[in-house]
Amino acid sequence: MALVDLSATEQRAKLNAREVTAVELAQAYLARIAAKDGEIGAFLRVTGEAALAQAAEVDRKRAAGEPLGLLAGLPVAVKDVLCQQGELTTCASRMLEHFRSPYDSTVVAKLKAADAVLIGRTNMDEFAMGGSTENSAFQPTRNPHDLTRSPGGSSGGAAACVAAKMAPLSIGTDTGGSIRQPAGLCGCVGLKPTYGRVSRYGLVAFASSLDQVGPLASTVEDTALLMEAIAGHDPRDSTSLPVESPKFSQTVNQPLKDLRIGIVPEHFAAGLDPEMEAAVRGAIEVYKSLGAKIVEVDLPHGKYGVAAYYVIAPCEASSNLSRYDGIHYGHRASEPAVEAELAAERAEALARGDKAAAEAVESTLVRLYRRSRTEGFGAEVKRRIMIGAYALSAGYYDAYYLKALKVRRLIRQDFDRAFSQVDLILSPVTAAPAFKLGKLVDDPLQMYLVDLYTVTANLAGIPAISLPCGMSKSGLPLGFQLLAPPLEEERLLRGARMCEEKRKS
Amino acid sequence: MAVSRQDVEKAALLGRLLVSPDELEHLTAQVAEILAYVEQLGEVDTTSVEPMAHAVELVNVFREDKVAPSLPREAALANAPHHNEQGFLVPAVLGE
Repeated sequence: MALVDLSATEQRAKLNAREVTAVELAQAYLARIAAKDGEIGAFLRVTGEAALAQAAEVDRKRAAGEPLGLLAGLPVAVKDVLCQQGELTTCASRMLEHFRSPYDSTVVAKLKAADAVLIGRTNMDEFAMGGSTENSAFQPTRNPHDLTRSPGGSSGGAAACVAAKMAPLSIGTDTGGSIRQPAGLCGCVGLKPTYGRVSRYGLVAFASSLDQVGPLASTVEDTALLMEAIAGHDPRDSTSLPVESPKFSQTVNQPLKDLRIGIVPEHFAAGLDPEMEAAVRGAIEVYKSLGAKIVEVDLPHGKYGVAAYYVIAPCEASSNLSRYDGIHYGHRASEPAVEAELAAERAEALARGDKAAAEAVESTLVRLYRRSRTEGFGAEVKRRIMIGAYALSAGYYDAYYLKALKVRRLIRQDFDRAFSQVDLILSPVTAAPAFKLGKLVDDPLQMYLVDLYTVTANLAGIPAISLPCGMSKSGLPLGFQLLAPPLEEERLLRGARMCEEKRKS
Repeated sequence: MAVSRQDVEKAALLGRLLVSPDELEHLTAQVAEILAYVEQLGEVDTTSVEPMAHAVELVNVFREDKVAPSLPREAALANAPHHNEQGFLVPAVLGE
């Protein structure tokens, strides 16, 4: 068996037993990337030299008997939305094409402290807005299971690199499903932690009340390992929860006893692909065979999740992305071109004898903002900024934003009630397997509806994990999702591991 | 609420974006479709429901008011498209 076919947990055991060196492992993955990523496009940049240097340092430390971190020598890919000092952090946007982070995000700092080997930066939908990775300004990413299909998104590169064995571990972010949906479509495991469990310091913000960083891997055990390395309170993120983070890797193999699993009948209604439904029902059977009690629960406001999300997320995005002004950092339009454009508009107005219009032409500064942003952002980002600006504007705020926030509370209360009856909720993660590239690219509403099963966890702030439960006849991965009450990632991982273990046997 | 081209132009101004005349029609249709979808929120009875702005409702997280190292000026300016080593440069904002 080749090194890249082993799980991260198995690789870690081999590294610890000195059967393999970190340099050999990094070389194996770099060779795999060189062979595969041309057709997949999961990475925006591969940092091979730096990775080999980090790996050599881990090997040196190990030889010298120095203490080593949890992920010592394991390659980790990082979504290009988390700052890494001295490296480009582009968010797959022309706006940040040349932006070099002046500092490390807390997650990257924790990976470094855990002696992980950072091998590259993965592709994504621009500013994490989208569900197909086609909104990247630089390249599409292809699904390793079928190159004509999308890997999902926005963490499409993060999921594809794990599925294609180009990295054993990968960091993604999930604002409305952006870890779980691509994990589901690529056949890997992806965890969205409780809001506040993982620091957002140095994460480029999209929708701050929903954004959460989390792990992707090929097994639940590996996911627990990476989660343990990145979780924890951070004084530099005031929304980070001041609670102790468990050692997930030490408990993940302990099955849960007297497990009660909730299912929502509406989740299996029209619109769910029959093969997907069969696979998710198969996962329910696995839990039944393990002695779990299956209980029907009601989440009456779940059907409003996408609507609430597509008000709240664009509102927060329009506010967050106002920082890209072409002044402090990021793309700036040509000032002489802007001056010339404005002069031409004034001259044109005067030529028609409209003096008022000539005087009303906006200032160079305002036009510089607008031209820089228009050149720097792609279509989906602009669409969301405008929807947010519209929904927050005078006269509409109550009807859209405030209303969505109230529905958000009802969604959270639904979950609180359901979790008084069950330990975990099981649902589909997507309605269908991976879709064709190009299919949804100019149909934003249909693209948004792909998030149907995932957005409610973000709105409620609860943890959720997606994991594989089979393959379609045409060879596409099928997956399902488990949700847990706030801060119950340990329960989630142990519950997910039970199914993974049983399906293997 | 029907969305007009003027609404989209206003949203573009508020969002500091420019929409070209040939994009405007298509974009107005897309924005209208999305807003029509989210209007289903109106069906939900939210009388006496408190808005939930955040998943974690922590308030007033304080830290000690102590000077700590911050980003050196050079590093803060390193990504600026236009600077004079002291500050960010912008077009003149005041008339003659």
